Amino acid sequence: MHEFVQYILSYLDSNQTPGAAGNIFWAVVYVLLVFAGLSVAVICMNWLERKILAHMQVRLGPMRVGPHGLLQPIADALKLLLKEDIIPDGADKIVFWVAPFIVVLAAFTVFVVVPFGPTHAITDMNIGILFMLGVSSLAVLGIVTAGWASNSHYPLIGALRSSAQMVSYEVAMGLAVVSAVMMTSLSVDGGTLSMIGIVEAQKEQGVWFLFKFFPLGLIAFGIFAIAMVAETNRAPFDLPEAESELTAGFHTEYSGFRWSLFFLAEYSAMIAVSSIAVTLWVGGWMRPFPNLLNGPTCDLAFSLIPGLTFVFLAGMCFFNTVRMPKHPLFRIQTIGLAGFGVVLGLIGLVMFVPAVRIRIDDIFWFSAKVAGFMYLYIWYRGTFPRYRFDQLMKVGWKVLLPIGFALLIATAVVGMRTELWAQVQEVLHR
Amino acid sequence: MTDPKTLTPLDLDTPDKTFLDANELVINMGPQHPATHGVLRVILRLDGEKVLGLECVIGYLHRGVEKIAENRTYTMFNPYVDRMDYVAAVSNGLGYCEAVEKLLSVEAPPRAQYIRVILTELNRIASHQLWLGTHALDIGAITPLFYTFRDREEILKIFEKYCGARLTTHAFRIGGLQYEAYEGFEQDVKNFVSFVKPKIDEYEELLTTNRIWLERTRGVGVISGKDCIALGVTGPVLRASGVKWDVRKALPYANYGNFDFEIPTGQNGDTYDRYLVRMVEMRQSLRIIEQAVAGIPEGPIMAKVPKVMKPPVGEVYHSIEAPKGELGYFIVSDGSTQPYRVRVRPPSFVNLQALDLMCRGQLVADVIAVIGTLDIVLGEVDR
Repeated sequence: MHEFVQYILSYLDSNQTPGAAGNIFWAVVYVLLVFAGLSVAVICMNWLERKILAHMQVRLGPMRVGPHGLLQPIADALKLLLKEDIIPDGADKIVFWVAPFIVVLAAFTVFVVVPFGPTHAITDMNIGILFMLGVSSLAVLGIVTAGWASNSHYPLIGALRSSAQMVSYEVAMGLAVVSAVMMTSLSVDGGTLSMIGIVEAQKEQGVWFLFKFFPLGLIAFGIFAIAMVAETNRAPFDLPEAESELTAGFHTEYSGFRWSLFFLAEYSAMIAVSSIAVTLWVGGWMRPFPNLLNGPTCDLAFSLIPGLTFVFLAGMCFFNTVRMPKHPLFRIQTIGLAGFGVVLGLIGLVMFVPAVRIRIDDIFWFSAKVAGFMYLYIWYRGTFPRYRFDQLMKVGWKVLLPIGFALLIATAVVGMRTELWAQVQEVLHR
Repeated sequence: MTDPKTLTPLDLDTPDKTFLDANELVINMGPQHPATHGVLRVILRLDGEKVLGLECVIGYLHRGVEKIAENRTYTMFNPYVDRMDYVAAVSNGLGYCEAVEKLLSVEAPPRAQYIRVILTELNRIASHQLWLGTHALDIGAITPLFYTFRDREEILKIFEKYCGARLTTHAFRIGGLQYEAYEGFEQDVKNFVSFVKPKIDEYEELLTTNRIWLERTRGVGVISGKDCIALGVTGPVLRASGVKWDVRKALPYANYGNFDFEIPTGQNGDTYDRYLVRMVEMRQSLRIIEQAVAGIPEGPIMAKVPKVMKPPVGEVYHSIEAPKGELGYFIVSDGSTQPYRVRVRPPSFVNLQALDLMCRGQLVADVIAVIGTLDIVLGEVDR
């Protein structure tokens, strides 16, 4: 027993991720935490998407279940779980059963290497980014099998569209990623594919790769930002599930819990690709201006922001509690909203505690950056019409791919400019 | 452009060779489908995503409106016409009332005519707004739907204040109007005009220069003016193909001759032109409404019409420019209180004929866009 406690405690002094330190116990704890956190994030995302989209579209969104519809995602989840489990007669039953699990598995496995902080990751792989791209592209397998196993026309077309789309955009995506990876090789310890290493490289070079070699980093980021929307099948690239054309695309025949697995996978895939973007270009877990605005005052100020954010959210809850209708029917809702505010406020207050503050800081900034990308996703959905299939392919192969190649060469040339110049001089002087 | 006469009907009976050999895919779109605007069923024959041909199956909403007419008096049939194109019920009522008035050789008094014009043009805007919202939704832009419905609500409020109903209004009576315009009607309409003008700009801001919107609508579902005429297509679809034909100008009715407005036309006859034409039409309707509100005369609202209507033996055809195209009523009277036969020429039904021609060689996604751009209402197609 004592040894086990020792084993657990031994990790606390480590400055590595549990996976890299080889501590199974903490690795399992982290896996559970990430899984729980991700599920909560998907639930929040569900509510936020409906609310934000609704407000963009001059309507209120969910308002009935709980105060301001806060319990709507839970009600939805319950409804989906209690629904009848339908497997169509003509479907290939085993494949139909397996498909959602492949998609969910692919979407969740990538989080093994997502660095929420220098030590806050399940593990640190030396091929981290490669692992992420590889595993996340396995999702297409699940989608194709889902479409095929349904044995129906709409899902089949949806699955074919989806596979073509994901495969084509992966190429452009890969090129953008390579250009960011090349930038890491300018660091002292050389290039790295490790997710943590990439963020460390940005820290060392003192610049987010978004602004490195301006505007090359920006272009690479732009390519990735477009490709990641296509990769996750979201508007305006949501052809595989184009509601108005293919009813629901590859998951037309799915319902209840199986359908909710696809939903879960879609949202966690969105979070996963956003995490890649944040890690590669927006400085990962680092707070804004870690080098420019350093010193104890700035450190303190920035470390208070997480707590302040939650206190602000709690304040919004209380503000809306006051604005609630005074009718007795709204009593439970008012109390619920106030309670929610209290919970948020308590979380905020806990975040002011120095010991927590130091540990939570990196996770907060990472999550905040990912949340920014999530907002973009919703914004796109509220703004753009949908691309047609051939136009989508045209954008992928004829626009993004050539730009990606040109970018790759340009980044290489700019990165190696001193060495290249020396070579040129040598040739000239010979 | 292929001649519509040479189009061969689809061979839907020959089975595919084997499942794997088959390069062609027959898809049944509808009658329950989010983008067929009601209960239209379209059988598509596809090569991959390319449309080789399609066939429309209609009749799911058939209620036998024309047959009902034969068992009702002229007055009793009036509310039924609202149920055909329920999106533009006022236009339907106007067409029917004017047709019976022609048969009876009476004319609605000027005040009634002005109010009729105002309500009909408001209804045209409402119909176009509903078209825009659903069309944009079909193409994937979900936000315009809510914007247009928000603004359409103001029109429906005016209808509700005027006659108590919002959708199937039964606003007009044979010989004029039943209700005098309520107090503040003019002010409400004026307020609406100034309210909706910036809103139309707002829709245009979202879509007109949107790159994806342009790519999705330009060159999609092209139909030439000649083909339109050959197929009997009317309304904004015809005008977008460059034919300047609007019944309001060509065969003026309901004192449209007194108003100053323009007929917008397009050149290419594609989905984008049809979009632009309808956007301009909304603005022109506002122009007509402004003139009509400014010039409403005082006077009676009902012509001298007998309580028991027995039109002389004979027949009459009267057509008006409904939001979707030429809406015609052919009424045969045998001298009794009930019409011998009422035949409706619904614009949606005739326009739907062009779907096959417009979709051949396009992609599946374009079929949706073309169904949206034809602006059909299945209540009117099936009657």
